[in-house]
Amino acid sequence: MTFLSYLIGGISLGSVYAIIALGYTMVYGISKMLNFAHGDVIMVGAYVCFFATFRWNLPPAVGVLLAIAMCTILGVIIERLAYKPLRAVASLAVLITAIGVSYFLQNAAQLLWTSNPKVFTSVVGDAAIKLFGGQLSVSVITIVTIAACIVIMIALTWFTGNTKIGKAMRACSEDKGAAQLMGISVNFTISVTFAVGSALAAVAGVLLCSAYPTLMPTTGAMPGIKAFTAAVFGGIGSIPGAMLGGILLGVIEIFGKAYISTQLSDAIVFAVLIIVLLVKPTGLLGKPVNEKV
Amino acid sequence: MKKIRKTSYKNFLIYGFVILAYAVLRLLDGTVGISASLKGQLVPICAYVVMAVSLNLTVGVLGELSLGHAGFMSVGAFTGVVACMSLEAIIPLVPLRMAVSMIIGALCAGAAGVLVGIPVLRLRGDYLAIVTLAFGEIIKNIINCLYVGTDARGLHVSFLTNSDALNLGENGRVIIDGPMGISGITKVSDFTTGVVLILVTLFIVLNLVNSRSGRAIMALRDNRIAAESVGIPVTKYKLMAFVVSAALAGAAGTLYAMNYSTIVASKFNFNTSILILVFVVLGGLGNIWGSIIAAAVLTIIPELLRQFNDYRMLVYAVVLILVMLATNNPALRNLLRRVVGRVSPSKIAKEEPSDGQI
Repeated sequence: MTFLSYLIGGISLGSVYAIIALGYTMVYGISKMLNFAHGDVIMVGAYVCFFATFRWNLPPAVGVLLAIAMCTILGVIIERLAYKPLRAVASLAVLITAIGVSYFLQNAAQLLWTSNPKVFTSVVGDAAIKLFGGQLSVSVITIVTIAACIVIMIALTWFTGNTKIGKAMRACSEDKGAAQLMGISVNFTISVTFAVGSALAAVAGVLLCSAYPTLMPTTGAMPGIKAFTAAVFGGIGSIPGAMLGGILLGVIEIFGKAYISTQLSDAIVFAVLIIVLLVKPTGLLGKPVNEKV
Repeated sequence: MKKIRKTSYKNFLIYGFVILAYAVLRLLDGTVGISASLKGQLVPICAYVVMAVSLNLTVGVLGELSLGHAGFMSVGAFTGVVACMSLEAIIPLVPLRMAVSMIIGALCAGAAGVLVGIPVLRLRGDYLAIVTLAFGEIIKNIINCLYVGTDARGLHVSFLTNSDALNLGENGRVIIDGPMGISGITKVSDFTTGVVLILVTLFIVLNLVNSRSGRAIMALRDNRIAAESVGIPVTKYKLMAFVVSAALAGAAGTLYAMNYSTIVASKFNFNTSILILVFVVLGGLGNIWGSIIAAAVLTIIPELLRQFNDYRMLVYAVVLILVMLATNNPALRNLLRRVVGRVSPSKIAKEEPSDGQI
């Protein structure tokens, strides 16, 4: 029974990683850049929700929607101001700019909201459901997290596969020049991708802080790195890959903590990642790339 | 008499610049005196310069993105300090002991470089970057669980326990105390040691880059398949660049750690790796001059921005973004090119941060 409870905990944590990783992967797929500021957008989302629900006493649902709206706007602004001017140049320059944006968000948050940790109360309360005659207790937030992850996964698959803008996204990640010739507005499509990615980050921020209730300006940094790892683990640029990578990472982390060592759990996660990449150099579901001279 | 080649001339200019900077700072210190905050930054600046030059070997010359350079620094820092503390009785002469510790730190970091270097050969681009990032985190985690002590019988090592498990004899002392790191380090690093290490690093890197091996490494960067087809052994040269880079980072780690009385593994985290990468990219990929100046200027800037207090890191972030946008702006580059003739991106990068100080 403890095994099952660890497994559920792992899937729940993994679902949060998966939602963040989806944002990473979509942005990477379309602009081939590692958006290091993504983790800090999570933090901003969590703060917005915190202030909306606990300071202004708005209902949790409104708080979450407000967080999503703010992060969407933030994501689009970041893309327009910091990344768009660098679209044509080497990816390392964009990487450094993304790091700059990440520093900026962290320090702005520290100035606005101080570095004192805020205690975030779960948006769905801390009720728990007892299963198997009380042997297994699953909190509501765990279920909500897993459900949110599944819904987001299905919605995104439908969105990229069936809608016009979703198809435009796939076309742009395939070949920007050709997409433009077909009448697709590349700038608009990239903005929408950033908007969707940042909205997902807001959801992830709220879910993360509901499960692990300390909120600080650096809250987003480590989950951001882990989710980035998850995206690469599953094969960066692939939506099902990000999902699979995120959940596996969460499960490995929780099992590592429970059965091997709390201190070494991060080392175990990263060691598994290295081993997987050695066997499958482009991640679990990544497409092999043929190299030409 | 043999004529001095153009590359050697250029290299002598870099050595000369470092020695000149050293002389000027020493002179200023002796006469007018330099501010305490700058003085405290001298050894870290030297360590960061060595880190930036060595990372430039991986990122600029070999062309592989590394996000875990601080991991090698960490290996060098901890092994170097352990070596220095345990050799205290054997080698009483401080500069010699420091040199031996740095060499031990460099060797251990180099060995770690071989371990990480092997997967490097199979992976490309962002997948490689994530492996180096993962490595940096693993090193940090492992050192946090490591306990090392010394007594009359030699070194004792214990993993995942606590300092009591070391079973130290009488007069034994704990060196690495798990997450507490190393405390009670005798500060033996000074500015002179730092500058000597910079000169050694420059000597190694510049000679490597301008040698047959260096040209092979750059050929791999420019086109791996083409280089392989003309008979350049990929494994050998990639590993060579990677391991040299790691070993130099190890020596820098020893230098850095010996400047503080306590050192913990979490100091060498992802953010430190990123900081070094920022130096390299702002200085210009493959540009050794750029790395030296960017590392020095960007370490001083946060100190100079002290008057902004809480806003200083915010200003630093804005400066960083603006510099990246400005140096990559085609209109501005063309303008500068017309004004100053041919301007490399690294030159603009050097000028921009100094504007941000005002």
